Amino acid sequence: MAYPYVSDREVRIISTGFGDPEQRRIDTYVDRGGYGALKKALGLEPGEVVDIVKESGLRGRGGAGFPTGVKWSFMPKEKNKPHYLICNADESEPGTFKDRELIRWDPHQLIEGCLIGAHAMGAEHVYIYCRGEFFEATQVLAKAVEDAYAKGYAGEDILGSGKTIDVTVHAGAGAYICGEETGLMNSLEGRRGQPRVKPPFPAQVGVFGMPSTINNVETLCAVPHIVTNGPDWYKEHGTEKAPGTKLFCVSGHVNKPGNYELPLGFPLAELIDDVCGGVRDGNALKAVIPGGSSVPILNAEEARACALDYDGCVEVGTMLGCASVIVMDETTDMVKQARRMVDFYAHESCGQCTPCREGSAWTAKMMRRIEEGRGTEEDLDTLMSATQEMVGTTICVLSDSVAAPVQSSIRKFRDEYLALIRRGERVGAA
Amino acid sequence: MAEMVTLTIDGRELSVPKGTTILEAAKQIGTEVPHYCYHPGMSSPAMCRLCLVEVEGAPKPMPSCITTATDGQVVRTQSEEALGHRRAVLEFYLVNHPLDCPICDMSGECHLQDYTHEEGPKHGRSREPKRVFGRDDFGGDVLFYGDRCVMCTRCVRFMNEVEQDSRLTVVERGSRSVIDTFFDEGLEGTYWHGNIVDVCPVGALVSKDFLHKARAWDLDHTPSICPGCSQGCNIELHTRDNLVQRLKPRENLDVNGWWMCDYGRMDYEWMNAGGRIEAPLVRRGDTAQAAGWKDALGTLLDRVRGLGSPTVKAVASPHASNEDLGALKAFLDALGGAEVVYRGRRAEDEVVLKGFPSLARRRDLTPNATGAELHGARRVGSDEATGGLDDVATHDGVVVVLGDPLDDQPEDFAKDASLFVYLGQHAPPAANGADFVLPVTTFAEQEGTFTNHEGRVQRFWAGMVAPGMARPPWLVLGALAAELGDTAAAVRTAAEAFQSFGSRIPAFEGLGYDDLGTRGAIVNETVAITGEGA
Repeated sequence: MAYPYVSDREVRIISTGFGDPEQRRIDTYVDRGGYGALKKALGLEPGEVVDIVKESGLRGRGGAGFPTGVKWSFMPKEKNKPHYLICNADESEPGTFKDRELIRWDPHQLIEGCLIGAHAMGAEHVYIYCRGEFFEATQVLAKAVEDAYAKGYAGEDILGSGKTIDVTVHAGAGAYICGEETGLMNSLEGRRGQPRVKPPFPAQVGVFGMPSTINNVETLCAVPHIVTNGPDWYKEHGTEKAPGTKLFCVSGHVNKPGNYELPLGFPLAELIDDVCGGVRDGNALKAVIPGGSSVPILNAEEARACALDYDGCVEVGTMLGCASVIVMDETTDMVKQARRMVDFYAHESCGQCTPCREGSAWTAKMMRRIEEGRGTEEDLDTLMSATQEMVGTTICVLSDSVAAPVQSSIRKFRDEYLALIRRGERVGAA
Repeated sequence: MAEMVTLTIDGRELSVPKGTTILEAAKQIGTEVPHYCYHPGMSSPAMCRLCLVEVEGAPKPMPSCITTATDGQVVRTQSEEALGHRRAVLEFYLVNHPLDCPICDMSGECHLQDYTHEEGPKHGRSREPKRVFGRDDFGGDVLFYGDRCVMCTRCVRFMNEVEQDSRLTVVERGSRSVIDTFFDEGLEGTYWHGNIVDVCPVGALVSKDFLHKARAWDLDHTPSICPGCSQGCNIELHTRDNLVQRLKPRENLDVNGWWMCDYGRMDYEWMNAGGRIEAPLVRRGDTAQAAGWKDALGTLLDRVRGLGSPTVKAVASPHASNEDLGALKAFLDALGGAEVVYRGRRAEDEVVLKGFPSLARRRDLTPNATGAELHGARRVGSDEATGGLDDVATHDGVVVVLGDPLDDQPEDFAKDASLFVYLGQHAPPAANGADFVLPVTTFAEQEGTFTNHEGRVQRFWAGMVAPGMARPPWLVLGALAAELGDTAAAVRTAAEAFQSFGSRIPAFEGLGYDDLGTRGAIVNETVAITGEGA
């Protein structure tokens, strides 16, 4: 197969269908063993399914890395009101393009994962909230849901089990903040997409005021495989604290960018040099953002020492996030790069909390002025202290996502900022 | 008894009912944690982030408006950490705020001004061009200055949650967020939108009526009761140069919460009206001549004493205070008793504030009909306060009118009366035939009490100086009654009037003037307004 690029270092569990247009057809999916896990799960008690996922050590693939089974166990056991499972397919983090691929190549894998999750948590309804710009993926998914209903895998009395689980595909309207779990819930309810104050947590008061759990697409896609093959099999991959595989979305200045499914703990250096065929044009590596644009940037030295799992990233002062690896070579203008990131967050701030609403726009204006050569050295101090006040002072963490790239960029590439401020020197022509 | 929790705020231990927020608990030790989005009458979105405080053991600063007090909690609202957060948030506000205080109506009572002066940075560090929204007419009485907005969304929440007529919303997001109306009519046609000007902590929402009329620091504030209907909303008269410039609601959770209706809010210009009677007028022959009080009352008493035992008919006003009505009754009793009627305007429907349903613009558009009824007066006339006075107009005994403007009555009103005494602010044509026209004060110029629709007696205070020789009716009528032998009617203050006359009415028994406090007190027995409920 030649899905954009493949590597023999990959361990393909959830990405086996990538590049294969047959996989999205329900008959093909079933022929290849699809919906077997659902059948198996329906034969188990909900609690047993939760235990299997807990035992597997699967952690949330949306960015936070919270253990999925534990999250599932937060749902109330008694059923005196509706429970909901929400699949977060509002993939919007700059640099991330894994969920879109999972949906458009292998929609039934996701639907099966959703149904198993719904069974495990006693949810009678699954909402799959797709990013507004995912036109093709949303259509593919909607078609797949229709097929699953037609074949009796979703809807009433699934596979003769007596269980009813409905699946609704909901398209967002194009707001980054609706990928934040409570912002998503507000959006799903028809309100402004603004994060809610926690507590109460979704497992108590979620969408429509009912107990809800929200999982990332990639997390739910791993569930059928764990149910089929067992937790021990899953733990054969990855590290002790971060079992399993993860999709890495590599973009930027590498020879072979793309999605690669690799065991967690994979060295970042090998991802760039081996899997992705090295930095383009033989250039020197300058910086890597390992987990999507909201995590602190790494310089070349830190990147070379980084192991790609939750703890490995923390060790070098960053986060795995959703494993969206943005690689930058020596030609990159780091000031422009940081400004571009901040612009994004300033544009996407929902505008509720003052530090984020005012701070992100202010930071963006300052960065723009510096980039245009009208900055001062005091601006760097102002940027550092103003963004520091955006950390931990708001309802959600979007505001922290402005601070991380700005602060890490100024700290690690200060020389470049000073060269621009003092002498008007710019890196690269890009 | 609610379960209590004990916590420490700024080193002081206090107990509050379980469920109390830190912000409300702090008020009990006299500390106001700065805040914008929080308002006790609405939901708390915790989005302004100004009320962040340090809570021992919490990983992050906590919004005190939604964080509940717990046992053993240690809170610091004035620590370097808490002050640092507030300084930072205030600096964020100044990034785009236009700082146009010299031309802003809110200047002097603006919370951004106050907090910034108290705790904010000396100078904001932003050198960037500011965002510009400009000015928008929201309809009704409201103008919106978008650049001054701190995006606390109190106005949106008031319309959504309290008035429950969603006319406002936030459009766009991030720093482009701006409050806007859905349609062209905006707030036009809503009954309570004046309150969004009150809840706006800055000069973003201002009243068209008040625009550029007065600076906040030039206004005197006098606690009062809205005379617009029988709800008895607690208000403040804001006066300058002895003119009411605007009315503002005053908090009373038992009556009006924090709110008042637009009808009551805008009905104040009559208090400033000129053309008042400034001296007692005594009819001598064909002409009415100005006289001093001593002369006028002396002459009046001489006339009364010469009448023997007349039959008396009186018209009272539901705009008069309990003290005035009590003194009127004392005077009439001294004359041998009288039949008393009153007239008042009534609206077709109540206008209930849905989010605070005990508050409504009542049908009865007068403040003291209950008081009038308790003093034995009977309602007559139409809902437009016309008619119903035929008996009085043609009466051949003594006629006493207190406050009724007699707009609809002919010039020869009470022409057959043996004595016609008119007490009012203005001399209407119908009082042309009066033997005595005595100038009295409006409620805004005197101290006293009204009894609202549920029988709550509430105090108001004098916010204006009465013109010329106008005096409170209770003083004038009390003096007359005293001279006619009712010595207890010789009262010198509103408090004495309340005690002396109130003690004669069973419903007021046991109510002390000083006990009324800021929330008022309910009378002992309820009374049905004549012609209602039947």
